[in-house]
Amino acid sequence: MLETKIASVKMKNPLMLASGILGLTKESLEKFKDAGAVVTKSIGKKERKGYKNPVFYELSCGILNAIGLANPGIDEYIKEIKGARINLIGSIFGKNEEEFLYVAEKFKPYVKAFELNMSCPHAKKLGMEYSTRKIRETVELIKQVGKPVFVKLGVENILRRAEKAIEGGADGIVAINSIKAMAICIDVAKPVLGNKIGGYSGEAIKPIGIRCVYEIAANFDIPVIGVGGITNEKDVIEYMMAGAHAVQIGTAIYYEGEGIFKKIAKKLKRWLEENGYNSIKDIIGLALKN
Amino acid sequence: MFICRISKILKHNATHKTLFLDLKMRAQPGQFVMVWIPGIDEIPMSLSHFGNEIAITVEKVGEATEALHNMKKGDKLGIRGPYGNGFKIVGKKALFVAGGVGIAPLLPLIKEYEGEKCVILGARNKNLLLFEDEIKKFANLYITTDDGSAGYRGFATDLAKKILMREKFDVVYTCGPEPMMKKVLDLCIKSKIPLQASLERYMKCGVGICDSCAIDGYHVCKDGPVFNESILMKLSDFGKWKRNEAGRKISIS
Ligand SMILES: Cc1cc2nc3c(=O)[nH]c(=O)nc-3n(C[C@H](O)[C@H](O)[C@H](O)COP(=O)(O)OP(=O)(O)OC[C@H]3O[C@@H](n4cnc5c(N)ncnc54)[C@H](O)[C@@H]3O)c2cc1C
Ligand SMILES: Cc1cc2nc3c(=O)[nH]c(=O)nc-3n(C[C@H](O)[C@H](O)[C@H](O)COP(=O)(O)O)c2cc1C
Repeated sequence: MLETKIASVKMKNPLMLASGILGLTKESLEKFKDAGAVVTKSIGKKERKGYKNPVFYELSCGILNAIGLANPGIDEYIKEIKGARINLIGSIFGKNEEEFLYVAEKFKPYVKAFELNMSCPHAKKLGMEYSTRKIRETVELIKQVGKPVFVKLGVENILRRAEKAIEGGADGIVAINSIKAMAICIDVAKPVLGNKIGGYSGEAIKPIGIRCVYEIAANFDIPVIGVGGITNEKDVIEYMMAGAHAVQIGTAIYYEGEGIFKKIAKKLKRWLEENGYNSIKDIIGLALKN
Repeated sequence: MFICRISKILKHNATHKTLFLDLKMRAQPGQFVMVWIPGIDEIPMSLSHFGNEIAITVEKVGEATEALHNMKKGDKLGIRGPYGNGFKIVGKKALFVAGGVGIAPLLPLIKEYEGEKCVILGARNKNLLLFEDEIKKFANLYITTDDGSAGYRGFATDLAKKILMREKFDVVYTCGPEPMMKKVLDLCIKSKIPLQASLERYMKCGVGICDSCAIDGYHVCKDGPVFNESILMKLSDFGKWKRNEAGRKISIS
């Protein structure tokens, strides 16, 4: 009932772990065995320390983070994930096609698909400022590695960037990344985050994610993976009715732990039964028709 | 996050200071807070006192801890927490093995523990011993220094070995450099005594979502920082590997 498939990636349910939440070590990735698929932390060609602390700040309807793509580099990372018994998707960031390609080739034996992170809100040209012009050729190049390619986008200029990804042959669009944001501590008159600017995620951004997924699904014929502010089964259904074929969950893990996947999958199934649907696929894009 | 002010500063020696903060907090011995030094850094620190006022005991080792040492009474800090699990009080007779600033999370535990208490306080030399007078009020205190400038000459673990050979304890609590704690674990396994050890790893979020302090599937910030002997025995990284800011494994030495 919950089974689904995007490109060649088969999933027992449409719930995926979003990139960057845990995902640095094999043991942490394997904790998400109840998810349909698990996305790794975004990995680059070389080791990157990320930004200075504070990199995390809790707000009332979500969290701000500026981890800054900290990662040990792909050569170390593949030692880490070797033998992971899980449906893995490799998230990649890079400053140009060459870096994306280097990481994708190393990732290839261990992952079912690639997710190209072209949307980190606080990493400048390694993220949301990755040139729109380069998206197409980068996707074309990574497609040649021989695995499905998903492209992760943020709110900024999303339709234009999605169009470029599709022209390059992307197998799916992941939307959205956290949203560029900041907080200032008024008691000391200073920005809180070490990098000053970070990304806002969690409940507050859900309506923005829904809008992005809906617009992409309405304009293009490509599977969309919805992400942003999902905390329960109703949020999943909302994203899927907006046109998402699957969803990812990040910040909610902070509130509920890895158990959230099992819990939502169970409630999702019950909701489908109670509402007379035979398959999760039946609700995809329902709201687009109205 | 709470913004609070430094209400009192205790200078122990050139590298150790205890900062009292005007913040009320209920906590378990062994829990820690993330301390924001505005504009500089945010770092994990154990609570060496809590209740009507909290305190952190800071060893100066780098930029952030030096900035804390340079702060004055009345200066502001941001605090989030308390985080982590803390020590569990078990049995009626406990041995505490502290290395250097590792005494910080053990101090409130020594005060709260009811029963017979024996503390081994180890430091490189006499000047670096912390809280001797306070500990004496609550427990039997043994001092060890690497250079013999006070107490027993040698490592805290050398003395722990001797004491564990002649006396039976219900539990051992330890915090200090990891190679020291690894030796304490080996001693406890040999003498079949339960152990609780407080670990350190590079921390970023402090709440279990960034994976930076991962150790064999556990997160020191959330599942720890205190682990018991049955978990410690299974941690292949314990005493051998930690991770740097990028998450790459580096050797502990
Ligand atoms: C749970 C926990 C409790 C701690 N309690 C105390 C305490 O009570 N008293 C005390 O003096 N120290 C304590 N520490 C260690 C303290 O956090 C580090 O000494 C401090 O972060 C060093 O920062 P720095 O900028 O001065 O040094 P740096 O020059 O940046 O680093 C010196 C060393 O500290 C480590 N370090 C730096 N930043 C962090 C970080 N964010 N998280 C963990 N380690 C870091 C580095 O890996 C390095 O080994 C604790 C650490 C942890 C994890
Ligand atoms: C701590 C943290 C780290 C993140 N790191 C990454 C990352 O490395 N790569 C990436 O594509 N997205 C990253 N994200 C964004 C999430 O994958 C997700 O797109 C966003 O948080 C919105 O979903 P949510 O509201 O369910 O968290 C991160 C988010 C958080 C909170």
